[in-house]
Amino acid sequence: MEEKEVKDSMLKETNEMELLFDAISENEGFARVAVAAFITGLNPTLEEVSDVKTAISEAVTNAVIHGYGGIQNGEEGKNKIRLHCSLFENTLRISVEDKGVGIEDIHKAMEPLFTTKPELERSGMGFAFMEAFMDDVQVYSVVGEGTRVVMEKTLGKDCE
Amino acid sequence: MEERKMMEGTFAVLDRHLMVKMPRELDHHNASRIREKADYFLLTDDVDSVVFDFEDTVFMDSSGIGVIMGRYKKVSCFGGKVYAIHTNERIKKIMNMSGLQNIVEIMS
Repeated sequence: MEEKEVKDSMLKETNEMELLFDAISENEGFARVAVAAFITGLNPTLEEVSDVKTAISEAVTNAVIHGYGGIQNGEEGKNKIRLHCSLFENTLRISVEDKGVGIEDIHKAMEPLFTTKPELERSGMGFAFMEAFMDDVQVYSVVGEGTRVVMEKTLGKDCE
Repeated sequence: MEERKMMEGTFAVLDRHLMVKMPRELDHHNASRIREKADYFLLTDDVDSVVFDFEDTVFMDSSGIGVIMGRYKKVSCFGGKVYAIHTNERIKKIMNMSGLQNIVEIMS
């Protein structure tokens, strides 16, 4: 899972946090609240908080449902999701990573309304919402190894 | 506060309409509960339309869209309708982004 490191050198990281939690649906709400709390220092607007919460919810839900197929315990113990957030001044970068099945065709997976789990009534809007509510979304995935979604959003743009 | 808790996730059948009070946070975790309960009512009661009430809902993601679309598929083949009421601007935006306004009557 290659990552772009260019931006890091340009902007100074001002705050960082990392959470590791079980891949269960109960933790979707926890992840949203944790990130919302993490960014309060930036005085985000209510809309910005909602945008970030929705994007987090989609990414974590994807990891629970698709990455791990809704299975709580894997071969190597409990299935985990790693959530990493960092602030570069007023830009928030979120990384949601699982060690699940991975995505074969990322382009296809990101198409609005496309879903591999219609039987679970997934709407296929997850990635579309992430892209709509964040400034940038990158997906890195290796089949059989896992998926990492990296999203960025600059906060406080409306106040300038 | 107590009263609100009771209201959340409440189901009632009124004049062949299934009324569903949506939870405060409608995500994947809560969506499965709503889906199962709604389908039970659709199967056992004389219902042809569904009214989702978002009065108490402060958060919804794509899982909420899935629940509404799923119920629409069930009732629309018998001529039933789906309504979403008390939707705030945020919820309306998310519904419109998914094209839900074409199949569901969305009201404030």
